[in-house]
Amino acid sequence: MQPPMTRVSLAQIEPALGDLKKNLALHEAEIAAARAAGAQMVAFPELSLTGYFLKDLVAEVALAPNEGPLQRLADLSKDITIAAGWAERARDGRIYNTLGIFEDGRLIGAHRKVHLVTYGMFDEARDFAAGDRFRAIDSKHGRFGVLVCEDMWHLDGMWLHFLAGVDAILACSASPARGVPAGETQLRSQRTWNTIHEAAAALTQAHVLYVNRVGCEDGIVFGGGSRVVRPDGIEQARLEGLDAGRLMVDLDPTLVRRVRTATPLRRDEKPQLVIRDLRALEDQGEL
Amino acid sequence: MSATPHPLDLNVELVEQLLVRFLRIEARKFGFQRALLGLSGGIDSAVSAALAARAYGPEQVLGVMMPYRTSSPASEGDARTVAAALGIRLEKTDISAMADGYLSGLPDADRLRRGNVMARCRMIVLYDRSVPERALVIGTSNKTELLLGYSTQFGDAACALNPLGDLYKHQVWQLARHLGLPSEVIDKPPTADLFEGQTDEGELGFSYAEADGILHALVDERRSVDEVVQLGWARTLVERIVTRMAANQYKRQPPLVAKLGERTVTHDFRYLRDWGR
Repeated sequence: MQPPMTRVSLAQIEPALGDLKKNLALHEAEIAAARAAGAQMVAFPELSLTGYFLKDLVAEVALAPNEGPLQRLADLSKDITIAAGWAERARDGRIYNTLGIFEDGRLIGAHRKVHLVTYGMFDEARDFAAGDRFRAIDSKHGRFGVLVCEDMWHLDGMWLHFLAGVDAILACSASPARGVPAGETQLRSQRTWNTIHEAAAALTQAHVLYVNRVGCEDGIVFGGGSRVVRPDGIEQARLEGLDAGRLMVDLDPTLVRRVRTATPLRRDEKPQLVIRDLRALEDQGEL
Repeated sequence: MSATPHPLDLNVELVEQLLVRFLRIEARKFGFQRALLGLSGGIDSAVSAALAARAYGPEQVLGVMMPYRTSSPASEGDARTVAAALGIRLEKTDISAMADGYLSGLPDADRLRRGNVMARCRMIVLYDRSVPERALVIGTSNKTELLLGYSTQFGDAACALNPLGDLYKHQVWQLARHLGLPSEVIDKPPTADLFEGQTDEGELGFSYAEADGILHALVDERRSVDEVVQLGWARTLVERIVTRMAANQYKRQPPLVAKLGERTVTHDFRYLRDWGR
């Protein structure tokens, strides 16, 4: 007998900047809607509880472990798995851009964004401490590799998640819409994201669940375009446009196995070669 | 559409979508559903008005004509044509008495000073009119103008939301055609209409095609002056535009605050305008 499909709801929401109370209410409404639609999991964008361009607000909205809104999400996760983003105040005082997964009433794992984006309009490394690892999170719905926005633009995270054999890459973003040249049928930012999603899915042979936010902060419009790409690199579903929405998808639990059987990339991967080469490069001062 | 698009051409459908969302969301966050703007009869204010009409609904947008006694009557005619085409409300406030009340005591004031006084009188009218209207002032300064500093500080540059600020003049023209604005407004030579016979290009000393091409290469494509010259632009013109861009940076910034304490507005008191919204 086949295992049941996992129904996932990607919540393309518009968080308010620095308003935890309002954003928690938005999460509660989306969680209720996902539950009503029979979803087993609901995923939110990067920094979904706080808004994105926080600057000095980071320290004011950062949440210590089990603080109110996080405890609330944990409580709500008794019958539905919840992935959400917040500014995490660690015990040592460092603040991380964190995306955590809540399940069965508790936080089962969290990823601290490694590649803080600090160029152009972005200033994350000024406001956040960087995470220092990529670890898969085991949920009852499978093994997830969480990557937060810019983490997707580097090969290391998706490669380590590939080695860990994740069933899905959960890519959560607060990505601005930009690039509108003639001759393009979509935003240049969305086109680049789509290329990355498809490459990530094809190379890791995992589902890619991309959930991006919408709305506007000080003139910067966020691009939405949340999307699901199957482990064979084919798009399964997407949200059109720049409006808030909910992408409900049923993930085929047999697809990861079938794709990996047909094309056994993991079997043929040579991580030891990479380790040896990296050590050699490091010894030569070239890293 | 021509076979080979101009390098500055945009996907105007997407631009419209983004700018309408920008206007709608940023106004809504502050509890506004209405907008007003100065309607000069020129292309920039026509495009801003068209975007506002789409964002808020035409009946929620007020265009204000603010002629001075030397303003061209043709400009007023064009403003009326734009308002009628968009279905927005239109009002007229003649600023002659207001401006002359001050300027009549200054017979030696040159064209620049007189023009700045007019631009600032219009700002006063718009900001005052915005109160009973319960509306936000929508800006009309395009990217070419912002980068060149070709505007009056606290005058026509003053606004709450500026949908045109990341569009070069070429792109404003392209968007105007997409938005279906009247051709007489699109095709006439741009002018601030501050004195008779004034045109932007005559006053600047170079064309918008030159300014747009050079600014786009410098700012958006991050090319050096030498690289821009290699594209075929005259070095003297490129250097003139670079100088002008830097000299006018003050117009694009809030006033400088002298730092004394540990945390100072504009320096290290870092919050977005959308703080808490």
